[in-house]
Amino acid sequence: MESYDVAIVGAGVTGAAIARRLSAYSLDVALLEKECDVSFGVSKANSGIIHAGFHHSPSSLKARLEVLGNMMYDALQRELHFPFRRCGIVVAAFSIEEMKTVERLYTQGLENKVIGIELCSRDRILSLEPKLNPDVVGGLHAPSGGIIEPYRFVFSLVESACKNGVTLKREFEVVEAEVSRVRRHRFVLRSRSGDAIRTRWVVNAAGLFADEVSRILGGEELKIIPRKGEEFLMDRNAKGYPSRVVFPVPSPDSKGMLVIPTVEGTTMIGPTAVEVEDKEDLRTTLENFERVCSSARRLVPSVSERDIITSFAGLRPTLAGNDFYIAVSKAQPHLIQVAGIQSPGLTASPAIAEYVKDLLKQDGLPLVERPDFDPTIEEVPRLRELDPEEADRLVQANPDYGEVVCRCETVSEAEVVAAIRRGHTTLDGVKFYTRAGMGRCQGGFCTYKTLKIIEREAKLSLGEITKRGEGSFVLGSTVGDLPVGGES
Amino acid sequence: MKKRSYDSIVIGGGSAGLAAAAEIAGRGYHVAVIERELTLGGILNQCIHNGFGLHYFKEELTGPEYAERMIDMTAHLPGIDFFLDSAVLEVKGPRGGEPRSGAENAEGPLHNGGLVVYGISKHEGITEFTASSIVLAMGCRERNRGNIGIPGTRPAGVFTAGLAQRLVNIDGYVPGKDVVIVGSGDIGLIMARRMTWVGARVHGVVEIQPYPSGLTRNIAQCLNDFNIPLYLSHVVSEIHGSRRVEGVTIMPIEDRHEQSAKSFRLDCDTLLLSVGLVPDNELSRRLGVVLNPETGGPYVDASLMTSVPGVFACGNVLHVHDLVDWVTEESTRCGGNVCDYLAGGKTPWQGAVAAGANVKYVLPNRYAPSRKNVFYLRTLVVKNRALLRATIGGRTLLERRLPHVQPSEMVTFTLGPDAFNGAHGTAGQGGLADGRLEVSIE
Amino acid sequence: MAARSLVCISCPIGCRLTVTEDPPGTITVTGNQCARGEVYGREEMLAPKRVVTATVLTDSGEVRRLPVKTTAPLPKELINGLLSALYRMRLPLPVRCGQVILHDVEGSGVDLVATRSAE
Repeated sequence: MESYDVAIVGAGVTGAAIARRLSAYSLDVALLEKECDVSFGVSKANSGIIHAGFHHSPSSLKARLEVLGNMMYDALQRELHFPFRRCGIVVAAFSIEEMKTVERLYTQGLENKVIGIELCSRDRILSLEPKLNPDVVGGLHAPSGGIIEPYRFVFSLVESACKNGVTLKREFEVVEAEVSRVRRHRFVLRSRSGDAIRTRWVVNAAGLFADEVSRILGGEELKIIPRKGEEFLMDRNAKGYPSRVVFPVPSPDSKGMLVIPTVEGTTMIGPTAVEVEDKEDLRTTLENFERVCSSARRLVPSVSERDIITSFAGLRPTLAGNDFYIAVSKAQPHLIQVAGIQSPGLTASPAIAEYVKDLLKQDGLPLVERPDFDPTIEEVPRLRELDPEEADRLVQANPDYGEVVCRCETVSEAEVVAAIRRGHTTLDGVKFYTRAGMGRCQGGFCTYKTLKIIEREAKLSLGEITKRGEGSFVLGSTVGDLPVGGES
Repeated sequence: MKKRSYDSIVIGGGSAGLAAAAEIAGRGYHVAVIERELTLGGILNQCIHNGFGLHYFKEELTGPEYAERMIDMTAHLPGIDFFLDSAVLEVKGPRGGEPRSGAENAEGPLHNGGLVVYGISKHEGITEFTASSIVLAMGCRERNRGNIGIPGTRPAGVFTAGLAQRLVNIDGYVPGKDVVIVGSGDIGLIMARRMTWVGARVHGVVEIQPYPSGLTRNIAQCLNDFNIPLYLSHVVSEIHGSRRVEGVTIMPIEDRHEQSAKSFRLDCDTLLLSVGLVPDNELSRRLGVVLNPETGGPYVDASLMTSVPGVFACGNVLHVHDLVDWVTEESTRCGGNVCDYLAGGKTPWQGAVAAGANVKYVLPNRYAPSRKNVFYLRTLVVKNRALLRATIGGRTLLERRLPHVQPSEMVTFTLGPDAFNGAHGTAGQGGLADGRLEVSIE
Repeated sequence: MAARSLVCISCPIGCRLTVTEDPPGTITVTGNQCARGEVYGREEMLAPKRVVTATVLTDSGEVRRLPVKTTAPLPKELINGLLSALYRMRLPLPVRCGQVILHDVEGSGVDLVATRSAE
């Protein structure tokens, strides 16, 4: 059985960030992910906002880690090459009452040490974001806020972690654990498929299932309530959408429904916030679309139902108390709980990783820096970002860059191959790594090409290729497999 | 980077592009056809059923046969260069064009009237094509689940009908074995038969309108032949299944109201969407071409030239056709107009064309009274014994009784110089106060 | 005998036909705009037939499936047999458009031909 110093349960943004941080040390680290690819759980439906840090009280862990995390993104981008832009955040107020809340947020931001935060008059906020509803009376501007492509970020964190020796185990769902008080490797973790590993420490970063994992590991009782959020993606060609992230004044339990320019040039509106019972309930509904559109229109009048390309839903792992729960377990030694990581989880993730590393150190994990640690990963050129001259040079060097697979998003075969070689062998995995299938035609023209490339590169038969793992097979059979007899 | 210069660049090697290129090369000009697939023929290649060519060839052909005839027509022409397996990376109009998303703001040099297309292929790398004219012939794409917003989960097993058609007919893969089809347009109906013929079971075709939108012939031979139920005035209100489609909820619409109490479930593992086609004008947009929201395609003058001088459009990219025969007619004519443009002929006086009562759109958007004008239009209504009228300033130029019109069947008519004679006085002088041609259906 | 209402499928117009058999053995077709409609109406009552289009697996990597069609409508009861046979075939290339792939399908007198050329 393989033995590790630390096993991280969950390869969403939290687990991935922790894995990468720990990969700087001479440790045997296992990153365990129950789905067939990383970032396929909570992190799959992230809005991609890097928050500035004025939404949460200074006494909260969320606020502290959010502001610290925010500052780490420039260096991370240089090392990991994910798409990221500090476009700035504005909060728009439409009444004197709302302005009072904005002033409280401003004060809170100052206390949280948010750099550059400013209170805005109507003129100032409209000059910062001209697409706002002219009824705005004032607001807040946080230039340190930004936008990121979240799965590219998670993929790059995992790639970097694995480059530095972390072992990624996909389709490893922890269903059972044995705990020994005498063995050096305290835990044996067993997967649903019968695989097993030994480890000294466990970090529970299992998102929606952090409560179940805690129970399996003998940790304290946690209760994760899934809270669904639906978001809607708007056409990149639509005019009148903002270039900064636009927030309404928040309510007591929600940051509100936003208008979010994505780093790739589209716009998202949402998310909604509704508690659900089922941790797999990712259904989208029609009622919400109209509600979200009219809510978004209050902020940005140009929002139009006609511009929608697609919608999707995600589930937030909420914990009672509304703060992150990041601590050494009270009930089980050598178990680090990282639970309730909902917004601003993405923003805070690099800082969460630091914090968890420190908790592990205090708990006795020896941290010896790896001399050969390389924080960078290979930058894969993206055809869509190149001008014709650069593209020509690239194709001469690698003809697979000349084969356009997805013409809506201008994605080349070389990029699809790069995705597959990094372990993204599902349609969704390729989509998240390359953007193939995310454009106007939503895969109508490129799907057959992507399937063939996955078949070739991943050596899977076409019947084995899935949309996002177990059970989500794409094709049923080959012509001739099914008996013909369709008439009555 | 390779640089090539042509009189005309045709973007798209399907039925529209082939007809336009054949005409242009046939008249002695030098033309490049840029096609992203490995073969010419476009969407015809996957339309292995028959029903094509009844007008143009006076024979009933399958899609591939029609495509092969079109390809053969171009084969002997020396003035055409085909660039297969090549995509268009970037286009630049006279004003420099709009930059591609993700690319740096590309302010290139102005190419005096010259148009630039950057093609990309694995063998050639990037080729910079310059030309005095471009023919947009990119065809259309399908509306998808995101466009119509079907609620529910997002499992594998939801395909647009055209993608499924491609997978079955070209690649030999069957998407699933228990199918529900959304949309009773011809693509959906044809796929109902095709899926049955490859051994799948089609449990129903769901149509939001109270009448089917495809040819009645197809209802008979694709649905009735196999006892496939057609649910008119119904919608798919939810998709079920977390990893793969497991079923759909079908809901009736009565008097424009959803009747969720009367909803029922159909178990299936595959949902095919045949919910409309959208002309694919992304490149047109980047060239600065102005688009018509009624058609989804460019506004064009009487010669099928768009708002950008030298840029023409024909086929499904201009407006979605029902019959490929009309695509060939329109595109051949477009090719001829490109030649006139290249020859530097004087542009004749043109008046405006307007969609009148019960007409969704009419093309082209301008008429030239000194020439023969072929018009295409779609109605908003279903009507028997309808009256097609074309008038200028109250004076009727054409009146024709049509036995049956419906939105899914395009109507075509021609007006030559004789019809216009006197209708608005001396050409160019605007004899009548309003030289606008209004086309209506009553 | 009661009249039967049909849609003619011979061409895209889709005339609505009324077909009656009266006296028995004598078929009358009305509603057709051309002679093909009469033939269709009659056959649909006595011996319905359909043109079949399909694809056949080839031995090529580039053109994996070759589209084919029957040269004339085939009796309906023979269609499933034809399709099953086609799906078991593997066609060697090259093939020319119009080339006969199967001659006299199931004794019907109808041939199956390729609808595209492939190398």
